[in-house]
Amino acid sequence: MFSYCVDPKTLEGLMWLSCYVTTAKHMSFYFSFLVVMGLLSLAAPLAMAFGFAGATASRSTFRIIRSLGKGYLAMIRGIPDIVFFLFIPIALDQAFEYLRHKVLCSDVTEPIRQGNDFVVCAAAKLPLNTASEWVHDIYGFFLALLAFGFVFGAFAGNVLSGAMAAVPKSQIETGEAYGFSQSQIFRRILIPQMWIYALPGLSNLWMILIKATPLLFLLGIEDIVYWAKELGGIKTGVYEYPHPDWRAWYFGVLMIFYLSLTYLSQSVLDKISTRLSQGQATMAGKAG
Amino acid sequence: MSSCFQTLSDYGLRSIGYGERLLPKADITLCEQFVLIGSGMIWNIYFAVLALLLGFFFATVLALGKNSNLSLFNAPCRLFIFIFRGSPLFIQFFFAYDLFVLLPRLGFDIDLGFLVVTVETRWLTKAWLGALIVLFFNTSAYAGEIFYGALRAVPSQDLESADAFGFTGIKKFRRIIWPTMLRLAWPSYTNEAIFMFHATTLVFFTGFPAWQQKGDAIYYASYFADKTFNPFVPYPIVGFYFILLTLLIIGLFGLINRRLNKHLPTNERKRLRFNKYNLIR
Repeated sequence: MFSYCVDPKTLEGLMWLSCYVTTAKHMSFYFSFLVVMGLLSLAAPLAMAFGFAGATASRSTFRIIRSLGKGYLAMIRGIPDIVFFLFIPIALDQAFEYLRHKVLCSDVTEPIRQGNDFVVCAAAKLPLNTASEWVHDIYGFFLALLAFGFVFGAFAGNVLSGAMAAVPKSQIETGEAYGFSQSQIFRRILIPQMWIYALPGLSNLWMILIKATPLLFLLGIEDIVYWAKELGGIKTGVYEYPHPDWRAWYFGVLMIFYLSLTYLSQSVLDKISTRLSQGQATMAGKAG
Repeated sequence: MSSCFQTLSDYGLRSIGYGERLLPKADITLCEQFVLIGSGMIWNIYFAVLALLLGFFFATVLALGKNSNLSLFNAPCRLFIFIFRGSPLFIQFFFAYDLFVLLPRLGFDIDLGFLVVTVETRWLTKAWLGALIVLFFNTSAYAGEIFYGALRAVPSQDLESADAFGFTGIKKFRRIIWPTMLRLAWPSYTNEAIFMFHATTLVFFTGFPAWQQKGDAIYYASYFADKTFNPFVPYPIVGFYFILLTLLIIGLFGLINRRLNKHLPTNERKRLRFNKYNLIR
């Protein structure tokens, strides 16, 4: 990075440190913070979409759709989210490859599951063996994103269905009295009125989502946890920048990063909540 | 069927070091998956039960501290709750483990009168103690915040009545404030207990090693998923065990909830239900 960093062995003190924290690997470490923020900004809307679908399905008049929706919302209460994080990416990967195998290699007659192996033809592999490194990275991130969307969608679905149930019945009956159709009531009355009831739960959910981002590490993605382990471990003399076990320091930095992120989010969410309760017929609304 | 009994005796207590030493490698049967994953549940229950039992008391202390007017008590309790609620448990595990590893390896003799126990600092780097401490602090912070909220919500009439009847100090807390606080906090606390059981699945994915492959349910599940390359069997088994456990917790906490609400008229009692509690931590 700096011109004096050519021979780190001769450096001392702050100069050494300034070179140390600007190595190529540290740049990857800083980039992984952006990956976390990217995951947050993509997973949140995806989870809202999954949650909205789940909540709507659980209110459906069709019995099959309703029980599917209710099952989706209920399963997250009983099963730890880590199970889904481990299960979904590998299950999706196998499902995609299975489908591609059926379509692309229909002439292969051997079974796909052979004992303890999962064998698909080369053309069905995802990503292809010939694909470059970054394609593999993107594909891994995409699977992780789907897992986050699915799990947090179930959480969000619970919040949203609670909020939909909290909209006063008289509002919906008024809509019916004015001759609104069911879908009009849904769009014009239920949805606009539910947000204020959903807000506390959704703010809470945002905090959980932030605190779940380090689980990317479990999905084999080179995220901040990976780099903190990698960079913090003991570096002997063969390395350019030898140092003792600094993992505690690196994880200390991650603690501070997450504490500031949650603190910042909390103060923004508090502001939004104050703004939205203005003029509402509640204690918070009248106090202002 | 008889072979499944054999598997049960071989692997039923494998997670705590009894029975067959080697894990099944080839021709893994459904029975083996059920037994070994079930064996791993011993660790999940061990961590969650101890952390919750110890955390319950520490959480009460934290809630009282946060409610105190003295900044000597108030500030440290606030900071503790902020740190453990504001950062991911996953990172807390890594951070704590890496701190424990840096500690000098010492042994202290503690004389219990009839027996001398040598307490060693290296125990902290083992999951049974190190991870338990992290989980204990974590659940204390979350439960402390729940109890604090409930403490603030104790009706002022209750306190005035207590004053009128001449209750003071410890007696007022023990007889009036504490039972009401618990009653108000109980649905959220049930939720926290469920989350605590779920959170124990993280332990063996962090720095804490599963020594001699003694791990928890999800440790064995991911072992089977790796070995058979088939996630569709072991993970649903873990899910099955945890759903059973969750129902058990709700039943148990529901009984306590009934006792806490016993004095109320029936129409004011709140029941705990699987599909009714607020599931967000």
